[in-house]
This record gives sequence, C-alpha cells and structure tokens, in this order.
Amino acid sequence: MARAVRIKDHHAESQLFEQRAIIAAVLMVIAMGLVISRLVWLQVVKYDYFADLSQGNRIRIEPIPPNRGLILDRNGVPLATNAPSYQLELTKEQVQDIDATLNGIAEVGLIDKDNIPTIKRDLRGRRSFDAVPIKLQLTEVEVARFAARRHQFPGVEIRPRLTRYYPLAESSVHAIGYVGAISEDDKKRLNIDEYAGTTLTGKNGVEYAYEAQLHGKAGMQQLLVNAQGRSVERIGNEAAKLERKEPVSGNDLFLTIDMRTQQAAEEALRGQRASAVAIDPNNGDVLAFVSTPAFDPNLFARGLTRPEYLALTENPDRPMFDRVIRGVYPPGSTVKPMMALAALDKGVVTPENTVYCRGAYRMPGVSRPWRDWKPGGHGPVDMRKAIATSCDVYFYGIANEMGVDHIHDYLSQFGMGTLTGIDIPGEKIGLLPSTEWKKKAFRRKEAQMWFPGDTISIGIGQGYMNATPLQLAHATATIASRGHRFKPRLVRAIRNVTTGEVSELKPAELPSPHVQDPRAWDIAIGGMYDVANAPYGTARGATANALYKIAGKSGTAQVFTVAANEKMRKAGDLAEHLRDHALFVAFAPVEAPRIAVAIVVENAPGGGSAFAAPIARRILDTYLLTPEQLAEQEAKKKPAPAAAPPPRRGEE
Amino acid sequence: MSIDTIDSSRTQRTLTGTAQLLLALHLDGPLFIALCMVGAVGSIVLFSASGSSLDMLEAQLMRFALGLIAMIMLAQVPPRIIRNAAPVAWVLGLLLLLAVMFQGDIAMGAQRWLDLGFVRFQPSEIMKLAVPLACAWFLHERPLPPSFTSLLVLALGIGIPTLIIAEQPDLGTSLLVAAGGGMVVLLAGLQFKYILSVVGLLVPVAIGSWHFLLHDYQKQRVLTFLDPQSDPLGSGYHIIQSQIAIGSGGVFGKGYLNGSQAQLEFLPERSTDFIFAVVGEEWGLIGLVTIILLFMFVIGRALYLAATAHDTFSRLASGSLALTFCVYVFVNTGMVTGLLPVVGVPLPFVSYGGTAMVTLMAGFGILMSLCAKRKLVSR
Repeated sequence: MARAVRIKDHHAESQLFEQRAIIAAVLMVIAMGLVISRLVWLQVVKYDYFADLSQGNRIRIEPIPPNRGLILDRNGVPLATNAPSYQLELTKEQVQDIDATLNGIAEVGLIDKDNIPTIKRDLRGRRSFDAVPIKLQLTEVEVARFAARRHQFPGVEIRPRLTRYYPLAESSVHAIGYVGAISEDDKKRLNIDEYAGTTLTGKNGVEYAYEAQLHGKAGMQQLLVNAQGRSVERIGNEAAKLERKEPVSGNDLFLTIDMRTQQAAEEALRGQRASAVAIDPNNGDVLAFVSTPAFDPNLFARGLTRPEYLALTENPDRPMFDRVIRGVYPPGSTVKPMMALAALDKGVVTPENTVYCRGAYRMPGVSRPWRDWKPGGHGPVDMRKAIATSCDVYFYGIANEMGVDHIHDYLSQFGMGTLTGIDIPGEKIGLLPSTEWKKKAFRRKEAQMWFPGDTISIGIGQGYMNATPLQLAHATATIASRGHRFKPRLVRAIRNVTTGEVSELKPAELPSPHVQDPRAWDIAIGGMYDVANAPYGTARGATANALYKIAGKSGTAQVFTVAANEKMRKAGDLAEHLRDHALFVAFAPVEAPRIAVAIVVENAPGGGSAFAAPIARRILDTYLLTPEQLAEQEAKKKPAPAAAPPPRRGEE
Repeated sequence: MSIDTIDSSRTQRTLTGTAQLLLALHLDGPLFIALCMVGAVGSIVLFSASGSSLDMLEAQLMRFALGLIAMIMLAQVPPRIIRNAAPVAWVLGLLLLLAVMFQGDIAMGAQRWLDLGFVRFQPSEIMKLAVPLACAWFLHERPLPPSFTSLLVLALGIGIPTLIIAEQPDLGTSLLVAAGGGMVVLLAGLQFKYILSVVGLLVPVAIGSWHFLLHDYQKQRVLTFLDPQSDPLGSGYHIIQSQIAIGSGGVFGKGYLNGSQAQLEFLPERSTDFIFAVVGEEWGLIGLVTIILLFMFVIGRALYLAATAHDTFSRLASGSLALTFCVYVFVNTGMVTGLLPVVGVPLPFVSYGGTAMVTLMAGFGILMSLCAKRKLVSR
C-alpha cells in the first residue's frame, strides 16, 4: 500500500459541509434573483405590451392547415388531389351545451346519432378554441339545411376546406392507399402540433409511407377576438402586429405507375380475385400494381358510415386486402427458371443433360410416384426444353439432387422468402422453406424432420413454398435483367411545390444472384422464350403475333390436393373456391427487357397459360406499344373465329 | 430566515401547546408551519386555476393531507433505520423501474406507470428519494471528500436510474433524480477540479444525448425554448401564453379569479405545470415574490437543519433533499417565465397532481427525522 489510508475527520467534514451549504444557499439566492428579475422584466418593464395582448382584445392563434401534396402517376396524371368541400366545425369554447348542440345537429340529419360518442371523444382531446370538424364533405343540400338553422347552433360553423379527392376512385387504390381521420394511434406516431387544423392523415400505401413528404407544415394566423372568443376585425394599432405564418404545402409525389398500363391491367382482371404487378427491370419502378376487387378511397376521406365499413370488411372477396404484397400463393411452375439457375450454380447438372420424362418421377426406395402434369410425359428434355414444356419430372430430379437448403439459399438471392423492400408498408415475407425453417415451424419432433420427399415438390414451387405476386415480379425482373436487382419502388420523384424543383429518387440496387457462368442466364431466359414461342411452349397461344419478343412462364398453384391414386379432374368439376390459382410471369422485349410482370388469378377458370398469360400479354402490349402499333398488331391476327385456345390443364 | 426570528415571535409563544406537540412528534416547527402555508396558498391558487373546480380542490387537499400523514409518520422513524433502508430502497426502486420498462402501462404516450392492481404509481417517484439517500448512505462511512473510485460508483448509482427514467420518457423526473444524487456529491465536498471537468464533459454529453437519447418532442421543446415564435401552435404556444399571462398581471395582478388568460383557457396546463403563471396573472409581481420568498424560507430552513445535523449521512441526505426542492422551484419558475426550456416539472405543493406532492412531503418527513429528532434525543 503505497498510498496513505485516509482517515475520516468528522470535524473537517462538518466544516466542509457547512461551506458547501453556504455556497448552495448563495446559488439559490442568485437563481431566485434571476427569476425575480425576469418577473420584473415581464410584469413591470414589458407590462404595457403584455397587457395589450391580454386585455380588451385578445389574440388568438388559429392554425392554417397545409395543402397535402398531390400524387401523380409517372407521366403526371393526377391520382390524388385536393378538392374543396364544406365541413361542419365545432368550437368547444363557443358552445354552451355540447350535448344539446350535437343532438340538435343530429335531429337536423347532419350527423348520425350513433356517432355522437365518437365525436365527443374527439372533442375532448382538442383545445377549447380549436375548430374541430364534426362532419366532412357536406353535400349542397346539407349545406343549405344547416344554413337555414345556423342561428340555433352558435359555435358551429360551415367552413370550406380542402379534402382529399381521388379522381380515378378505385384505380390503383392499393398502391396509393388512402387518407382517413386521425386516430389515437396516429396521434402517437405523428407530431400533432403539425396537424393542428388537419383532420386527415395517410392510412395505407403511399399516402401512409410518404406522410412526412405529403403533409407539409401547418401555418398559423393571429386573430383578434373579443371576450367571448369571437373573431373581430379591427383596424387599430394592434391589427398591424398580428402575425401570419403561411403554411408550407406538402410535396407532390410522382409515382412509378404508368396509368395506361395500370388501367389496362385493371380492366383485364375485372371480376376476378386477382393481382398483377409490372416492374421495370432496369430500375425497379413498379409500372402497374393491381389487386382486385378494389374499393373507393374517397369513402375514407369522407368518413365511412358503419354499414359501409362492414360491407367492405365483410365482403368475402376482401376488397381491402392488398393481394400484391400481402397475398401469398404457391408459386407453382413459375419458379422453374430459378430452379434451373440454382441447379447450374450448384453444378448438379449441365444445360445439355437430358432426362427422359415418362410422366412420373420415382425416388429410389419410395413406391409413391410424383406425377408430371402431362400424363404421358414429355420424352427427352434438356434444361431449356424442360422449362419450355414445364416438365415436372426434370425439376423433381434436380430439386432432389440440390437439396432444400441450396434451393433456399439460392432463391433467397432473388428475393424469395424475404421482403423485397418496396416503399409501402405491410409487405408479407412469403415462405421459402429450409430444414432450419421446418425445425422452428413445427412443435412436434416428428414433424420437424425434413424429408427428401418435401424437397421434390419444392422443385415445382409447391409444398411449403409460397410467395407474394410482388416477389414473383421482382424475381422475374431479376432474371430479365440478368441479375441486376433493384428494390421495387412506387415513388419515382418528389416535387417541392414551393420551388417547383423535382428531385428524382435514385433506384436502389440490390446484390445480384450468384452465377458460375453468365451463360446460365441464356438457358433460363431461353427456356422462358421458348415457353412463349417454341411449338412446344406452354403459352405460345397467348403470345402469337406479338410485334416484340416475349419470354414467360406459366404456373398453376394447387388449392385442392389431388390424391395420388385419383384421376386428374377437370377444373370445371371443382367448387369455385377449390379451383387452382392461375399464375403467369413474363418479360419483354427479350433482347432489352423494359417490363416484367407477374399475374396471379385466384381460383381461376383456367390454368396459368390459358387464363393468366393473355392478361400478361395485354399488359405488355399496353406498355410497349403505341396505339398505332397496337392496331397494326391487331390487323395481323387472322380474322378467323377467335377460338380461344382449348382449355388446357395447367401444369401441376 | 433563522430560527430565532420565529422562536421569539409572539405567535410561537401563544402556541406553546402546539409547539410542544410538534416537538413531541419530532417535527420542526418553522418548517412545518411554512409547509402548511405553502400548501394553503397552493390550494387557493389551484381553485382559481382549475376554473373553480371543487372536485379538484378536494382531491388536492386530500393529497396534501395524505402527504402530511406520510411526513409525520416518517418523522417518527429513527435515523438509523432510514439509513439502513436507503440502499434497499434504491435496489427496490431500480427493480420497479425495470418492471415498468417491460410491462408498464402507457399513459399519454409515456411508459411511467406501474399497475399493482389496487393502485397505479410511478416508481420514478421512489427514486427521487432513494437516489439521494442511497448516495448519502454510500458516502457516510467513507472519508470525504470522496475518492475517485467512490465517485465512479456514485456516477453509476445516479446515472442508471436517471437514464431509465429519461427513456420512459420523463425528462423532468430524471432531472430531479439526477439533481438529488448530484447534490449529495456536491455537498460531500466534491473537489472543484471534478466539478470543472464534469462541466467540461457536459458539452459532449449534451451533444451525444441530443443525437441519441432525446425524443423528438423533447428536442422540439429545446428548439422552441430558443425561439418560441418558431412554433407558436405547438410547444411555443405554452411559453408565449404563459408569458402573456404573467406579463399582463403587472405589479398587483388582475385579482383572484379574474385572470383572463387563465379563466378563458388561453393558458394551457394552467392547473399543473403552468400554475405559476396563474399566480402571476391574478396576484401580480407581489404574489409571485411572496410565493418565491415562502419557498426560499422552506429551502433555507431545511438547509439550516441539515447543517446542524450530527452525522454525515443525515447532513448529506437532508441537504440534498433541501436543494432538490430548490431545483424543483427554480426549474418550474424558470420554465414558466421563459428562462429555461419546458421540462415537465411541477411547482411543488401548488401544481395539481398527486404523486409528486406525497413524495415531497415524505422527503421533508425524512429530513425532520434526520435533523429535528437527533437534537431531542441527544440532549
């Protein structure tokens, strides 16, 4: 112990404390002196100024809500705008009896009696001098009806305000989202100071994700009010001092959506429970984003009545459900090009290896065969032809050789089983199974084991595997661009309304999938080209006469499992909700792809090639061709009876 | 401000019976009377600030009574027990804080409350007392001024609860907890070189917490403090309105129940954090200075008691409680008058709200036990 042990010296400590206590007391006196001198400043020196502000006329601060930014399609077509409308506003401090007033307004028929508790709850949270909207978007009749009885309701006024208006109603509602009344949850998330005077906020889609851009900043104006709180116009020395701060409008958003393509896709899917996504493989721009059935977002901006809300939420077709990013489906044969790339990457086959397909695959030691969708089989197929004919037997084989964990690792490089990172919330992850996943997913020990048989159905996109339409489009775009992967995005550019300056957002490139040999892309793309063009291609019917070259891949996802010993049944024999889902992915033009699409039709009346492929074709045509070119292409079609391609069973 | 002025006054002599009772209960007469006066003034102000709400007045008086009972009961506890309980209270308080962190109720967007089924309370209130007491306990047998290692231990003992509370988020309480512990260390004779280096450290800490610790609304408050006009609708609104209320009160005020800013509800949070502005509007400069002097008497008397205490623990603990009370008063009056940024610190005994008042009274009870009692027993 080099250091001396310090001994407690009680006397010295007591002195030390006293000294500190005195310093503290002095500091206290200084601090309080500061406060008192501040009080003298406020109450004596500046008394006249503050008395002016407070006595006689008082200054009230009224918020001026900002204009919400517009949402435009990629070419500037307005999708969400602000339209003037009249709303009924109540100012608490000017109303003697809130219950009586609300009941009175309900009797006039302007608000619903059932809504009164909700309105009162909303009022409670607001400052007493805030004008709180109690009914949005009055019709002209309602405006007239209230105006006639206005004297009965002091403190309730009709004010023109801008509300959100979606001119195209249902179109692309799942991408744009909608605005609705600010809820308790929203208040926790948003800076409510910026929402003084604002009643609506983004609830979903782009409206939600880009709220910070769209909202803008609230402004304010000072008003002179008399003792009752009424605003008075006065010209005097105080009026000049009234401040006004202009609100800052929210920024406009240019979406990546191309409205012509979007509407063609919506038209093509009408009446189905279905979704379609189109992506530009060169930058991840989402060109079309369709989920049907859809709903009218204007209802939410206006405020839904309870029956309207129930009608939406209890509709069995689930119009509110965003199938593009939240619907998960077995991808079926649409994964085959990726499976081929995975097999080449692992080196379990070469593109030239030929398999003789007899219509069923047998795993050594297992008596149960895995059937091909085509009962007789495809004969000898190499990799490219296996994709083109969608030969299940070939893919059963390579899946078995690769093993599920390689499939998992490889396909996740295409975004399967992961979030694509699209710029709106709510995206589902899908399911890309692995041995690891199965261990976690099942409670029982026996069920946790991964069986080789599980892998075989993964080879054709069935079994445990599922994916969102967005993931399929994203993966297809990745193949189209030979591995250049971009995060899908819905917003292309942001325009500052004040300066008019448009700032383009940079596409976000993601890591490319690994390939041993770049020629692997030729095989996968070649196979998809043959699907649409070779005489044995499964979707050649839907691509006939195209002025550009299409590559695609069909898929059919089983909803209803056919027992191994049962004969295949015709689609028409099954109840509607048990029918297979029809899928089709495609991109074009093959040499320099500009668009990749994925179509999923739930419980479709036909298979992927027969039903989904023509829809994809229509989307590609609309995006790639001018109206003149379209007419030219139409003319090339034979005038012969437009016999629809015979209803073919899709690939299992 | 000394004890003699009141001891020799006529009031005291005519109340000898009461004085004897106070002594028997180990209560310090001048402090007790001053606290009752503050409580009475507070209740009168609250009645006006609450818009003449009898319900709120009744609730406040109930709490004041509860606080008085807590104070009297704690004053009976022997100092030794308080000293030994200090570290236990600290550990318990920390456990409760952690419990709140993981399953507290979220009220008004902040996670502060713990629901025990029969009562909901904020564990951070316990920490306001437990932190200074535990720090004093830690130092009472060590030689003073504290060594560097002791300082490190103290820094942890103060820092951990402070950070947890700041994250709840409750900046006001965390400030008071840190102040409670910090005062102990300062009173223990912390060398000036450390004080200077801590001040030097504050700059990077402030920058760091700005970027990583403070919530957006807390940052907003600081920004608005620097320029209230930048956000007249939001947090700037409080500052602007409270200054109008105080300034328009002038020297004599507009009269009780006649403050137009307060009564017409221009002044936000007028019954809680901003109640000082109501006093300013209705009672003017005279009223405010009177209240401040009353508070200064309480603080001065408490400090005096602390200085006369006989052992290190009592001195440090009660000195810290007295100075924390001073921090309360200064931060609240400072923020209402626009000297300091708005942090949620109530004006003790005047602002409406329960837990803080009971904690404060409990603190004074402990102080009386530590100081008043020893005088009696040892003589």
